[in-house]
Amino acid sequence: MRHTVVALVEDRPGVLNRVASLFRRRGFNIESLAVGTTEEAGISRMTIVLDGDEGIVEQVEKQLYKLIDVVKVSDLTREEAVSRELALIKVRCTREQRRDVLDIVQIFRAQAVDVTPNSLIIQVVASGDTLDALVDNLRPFGIREMVRTGRIAMVRGSRSTAVHEHESEQAQRFHLESGRRPEEEELPFVSK
Amino acid sequence: MAKMSGADIVLECLKRLGATTVFGYPGGVVLPLYDRLPAHPEIRHILVRHEQGGGHAADGFARASGRLGVALATSGPGATNLVTAITNAMMDSVPTLFITGNVARNLLGKDGFQEADITGITMPTVKHNYLVMRAQDIAYTFAEAAYIATTGRPGPVHIDIPKDVFIEESEFEWPERVSIRGYRPVTRGNPAQVKRAAALIDAARRPIVFAGHGVILGRAHEELRTFVEKAGVPLLHTLLGLGGMPHDHVLNYGMMGMHGSYWANHAASNADLIIGVGMRMDDRALGRFADMNPTAKVIHIDIDPAEHNKNIIATIPIVGDVKEVLPQLAESIQARSHVEWIRWIDVVKDEHRASMSIPNGDELTTQFVVDRIADAIGHEGIVVTGVGQHQMWAAQFMRISRPHQLITSGGLGTMGFEVPAALGAQVACPDRVVWTICGDGGFQMTFQEIATMVDERLPVKMAIMNNGYLGMVRQWQELIYKDNYVAVAMSQPDFVKIAQAYGIRGILVTEKAQVTDAIAEANAYDGPVILDFRVEAEGNVWPMVPAGAALKETVESSEEIARLLGHAAAPVKAPTR
Ligand SMILES: Cc1ncc(C[n+]2csc(CCOP(=O)(O)OP(=O)(O)O)c2C)c(N)n1
Ligand SMILES: [Mg+2]
Repeated sequence: MRHTVVALVEDRPGVLNRVASLFRRRGFNIESLAVGTTEEAGISRMTIVLDGDEGIVEQVEKQLYKLIDVVKVSDLTREEAVSRELALIKVRCTREQRRDVLDIVQIFRAQAVDVTPNSLIIQVVASGDTLDALVDNLRPFGIREMVRTGRIAMVRGSRSTAVHEHESEQAQRFHLESGRRPEEEELPFVSK
Repeated sequence: MAKMSGADIVLECLKRLGATTVFGYPGGVVLPLYDRLPAHPEIRHILVRHEQGGGHAADGFARASGRLGVALATSGPGATNLVTAITNAMMDSVPTLFITGNVARNLLGKDGFQEADITGITMPTVKHNYLVMRAQDIAYTFAEAAYIATTGRPGPVHIDIPKDVFIEESEFEWPERVSIRGYRPVTRGNPAQVKRAAALIDAARRPIVFAGHGVILGRAHEELRTFVEKAGVPLLHTLLGLGGMPHDHVLNYGMMGMHGSYWANHAASNADLIIGVGMRMDDRALGRFADMNPTAKVIHIDIDPAEHNKNIIATIPIVGDVKEVLPQLAESIQARSHVEWIRWIDVVKDEHRASMSIPNGDELTTQFVVDRIADAIGHEGIVVTGVGQHQMWAAQFMRISRPHQLITSGGLGTMGFEVPAALGAQVACPDRVVWTICGDGGFQMTFQEIATMVDERLPVKMAIMNNGYLGMVRQWQELIYKDNYVAVAMSQPDFVKIAQAYGIRGILVTEKAQVTDAIAEANAYDGPVILDFRVEAEGNVWPMVPAGAALKETVESSEEIARLLGHAAAPVKAPTR
């Protein structure tokens, strides 16, 4: 079964490495991973789509929790959630075909964002299934290039998945700044 | 506030943490730190001979004392030499702090001389690690690191510090408390889960406890005893759990697992309720998971929730510190005794005692030597082991009775652990006698640390079980690969001469009759001793659960193992009992 797991993590150097390393080491299969900032400075949100039975997903959650930089993990699979991906698709398209392609674009509520005499770039924001259907419909014209972001998801309604503690000022300063290269461009070279 | 160098801050931090013993080895990038050591006489720096030795010494120090062990190395090769020791501490959940230097900040990522991406290398094998980029962050990092290493499920934390951060000046501000929102170990058991577990315990007819390292790490041996006595439940130990309960306690049925006793493994397989206490359901302890005991209900108490349902599905998982959960449970259960069940185990034990006994032939055996060392040092002495046959025999016959008494590499199974870990244990416990039961193979991996013992006046007694073989591998080749010995016989140096070369006492023992005197002589000698015990070359450790077999398939002889593995009635050797 496919699961959507959301992890709130400290925005610190190496955190992506820690998560990726964990998935590699434990042999968990990730289908997509999207990382971005959140409403709170210092917290990033990872949306992980993975395939596996309940036991695997339980281990994924628990192993993620073991990482010190992971603050909160939740499985949105069984929740009422909005889940979206963004894709850019460059299709082969002559002037004569353009009408047909644009019809499809409209049906899927996508947008044409770049046009040349023999190609179109289509931008679409949709759930993964819708996106797959769009791609299937465009394939006969010839897809020259495609890029999809990973899935991002959010629970419907006023409740928030993103509950986490706020840190003391000292801790927050430390967690935001430590491990990063200091601001000054030129560090003194020391050989003593 | 006056400013201090990063180096001074590091040393101040260690003092604040009470971690004033450091096993270290210098090099270019940590020179600024070493330069400041004389200004901090409270810190005892012990110069080891190899960073792996320093790491294992910190590990042995931590296990013997229950306090944070600290090791220090330079960048590049110094740091990579620590990796085995770090992984060892991780697998056995030992509270340790590993400090490395790295190249200066502006050289990071440029492949300069002796740069290694050591935080990248240690990432999957530490509880947490840090690269400190500013002197002002050192104090908070150390406070957090020590908090993480010593709380929850303990483990190694690694801090990497570029050279110029040791030199950079900053104010020293020691945080009064650290708080990490991503790290909140749960220590108290969920009352509803405890209640459910108590109901299972009250209803059980054949309950059994599996006691693990968590009991010792959590200093919960008294709580364990109270619980077990009230519940009247017989108890088995994992290898690392030995010492959580006195050896001669009536409810203690000894070690389970690959080389656990026949009765322990069968008790585990026949129980109707398993109570795992601070243990992680490892394959070496449980054999083939699917057939360990599929019908038993399982209560699994562990501070690390990720251990629940990882290898064995728990009927009732309880997340918490065993020191808190055991009293909660003890309060909620009825006092019981399980006479019939215990009688059943006793009968099996009586029938199968022979497969785990000291051979009584003339030949000198490891079992015999270990038994005599146990006689000589009692419960007060500390026993360290290497990895292999001698380790298993030490576990079987040392009569371990006290927490922190046995120090052995369980999870990683690191040969070469025996000498440096014993060194660390002796530093932690100068008033205890420390014996290390060494393999002739493992001893040769790290015996350079004898020089450290000499420098630091550490009177460790090193008993080499010299069988001329990588014995455990030889045993597998004999039993599982049909006598095909490949790369297991080794020529040995003259270990007594090695002792002489280091200026310590060396004793050769070839006969059973010499053993008691040799041990007494070593104990009486005020300094390190090497004892070269020329033991039986091809003895096998029994009983045995071949890798991939189930506990109930425990075998007691080569004939049985051939049968189990479906080998033709090949020329099997007589079992050595
Ligand atoms: C560093 C390391 N390398 C290899 C092994 C695999 N191994 C496990 S036991 C063993 C033999 C150990 O020989 P020795 O130290 O002489 O002890 P014995 O089994 O003979 O008592 C080996 C090679 C290991 N555990 N650790
Ligand atoms: Mg050997």
